[in-house]
Amino acid sequence: MNEKNRATLLADQLAVGYSKHPVVKNVNLRLTAGELLVLIGTNGSGKSTILKTMAGLIKPISGDIEILGAPVGSLPKRVAYLPQHPISTHTLPLRVRDVVAMGRFAHLGLFKNPSAADKKIVDDSMRSTGIDTESDDPIRDLSGGQQQRTHLAQALARQAEIMLLDEPTAGLDINGRKLVADLIAEQRSRGVTVVLATHELKDAESANTVMLLAQRVVSIGPPETALGDEYLRECFGFTQPH
Amino acid sequence: MFVEPLIDPFAANEFMRFALLAGVLVAVTCAIAGTFVVLRGLAFVGDALAHGVLPGIAAALLLGVSGVVGAAVGSLVMMGGVSLVSRRLRLSGDTAIGLLFVGMLALGVMITSRSRTFVGDLSRILFGEVLGVDIGDITLQFGALAVVATVAFIARRPFLLLCVDEGLANTSGFSSRLFHNLLLMIVAVTVIASFQTVGTLLVLGMLVAPAATGALFARRISTMILIASVVGTTSTYVGLLVSYHFNLAAGASIVLSAVAMFALCAFFSEAKKAVGKKDADEHEHPHEHQHSHSGSHFR
Repeated sequence: MNEKNRATLLADQLAVGYSKHPVVKNVNLRLTAGELLVLIGTNGSGKSTILKTMAGLIKPISGDIEILGAPVGSLPKRVAYLPQHPISTHTLPLRVRDVVAMGRFAHLGLFKNPSAADKKIVDDSMRSTGIDTESDDPIRDLSGGQQQRTHLAQALARQAEIMLLDEPTAGLDINGRKLVADLIAEQRSRGVTVVLATHELKDAESANTVMLLAQRVVSIGPPETALGDEYLRECFGFTQPH
Repeated sequence: MFVEPLIDPFAANEFMRFALLAGVLVAVTCAIAGTFVVLRGLAFVGDALAHGVLPGIAAALLLGVSGVVGAAVGSLVMMGGVSLVSRRLRLSGDTAIGLLFVGMLALGVMITSRSRTFVGDLSRILFGEVLGVDIGDITLQFGALAVVATVAFIARRPFLLLCVDEGLANTSGFSSRLFHNLLLMIVAVTVIASFQTVGTLLVLGMLVAPAATGALFARRISTMILIASVVGTTSTYVGLLVSYHFNLAAGASIVLSAVAMFALCAFFSEAKKAVGKKDADEHEHPHEHQHSHSGSHFR
């Protein structure tokens, strides 16, 4: 099997949830390098629970899941996770640059000092999300959209092979949304596998695989089949205008 | 001369010099631990730990054992109890802490009431005896400062991640449970080493007030610790002077000075913000221009 077709994320009969109460069952996935999986559903549908399981933050209830051939949560340098509503930063005395630099902590561990290369990665990540002009501003003084760009830059600074993004466009205006779409496309072109949780159907247009969720897997497949009218009606109670 | 009342109490009295040195060591230790207490929102845990040591110290004094040993046992019981109650009984953290906090406080008072010098012992544990510290206490505080500073320096990255988001700490390869417990441990070490100086009741003021003052102005964690150290040290000096000249309780004077400095700085900070906002309004909202300018760089 060549490098490109090697599975980066595998899930087999996975059940995810909290305290042994499954939120979503029977999740089967096989993603390869550069692929985009979009998880779509309403609030409480299980999108974030699946992402947290992939990030190793909650244990699977049953079934198997591995990332890059290893158990979830065991490869912090190679997996980046952007949580939903990531940070309560209003009290933290941190500059934008400091928050983005935290993306390098997985590589630095407790003792390693950041190198010139680490600093360049931080600078490049801030530039990619357009937050470089505010790099020395305290993050608590920024708008919600600017804070979200900062957190995105932090996830980019990890330079991971898998990115798990939970509603990365939350709080962003139309320019910000386009920025996120462009960033995802750029990461995929570099072979990064991206898993994106969203409730925006538009975000699924460029996906390889879409998983429609309503506390169960309603449909899974390429967007043109997984977002069929009957599935959308079942999930959201309405269909897309044709 | 004007400066004599500011210097003479320390120049003429060894106990005042010892008190100042002990107070400065407590202030710097509390600045380091307190910065993470404030940023991680652990003030209530800090309060509970400070009170949790009370029965340990009281029992140690009754048994004729070192109060520090008793405080260490008390803080271990408190930390273990909070962890056990919140996990096993599925209660929220603050409920578990509140239950143990009052339980340990009551137990401490009950044990102390067996002592013939009940009021004096309780008062000394709760409010400290900064004017009675000796070289042994100062050595202990110096040791505590070295431990707290070393742990905080080594674990600065996971501590920072914890202050932001536990999930972020875990996905960065640092166990949030391990480093949260390590953070609680440095708070416990701070409390244990400081009770002789400012007392278990007042140590929370030194943990929270200087660090909160630092949070008003700092843009970096290191700056916040530095500001907290300066505020804590200044409060110690001012508090001891006030106590000396007006014959007031020294520990309480130190802590009240720290809280007063926070209040003054908070007032100054809010006034500065209000003036800045007024200026901005008068100059056609320059912030909006700045933001829209930066926004134009987006693709």
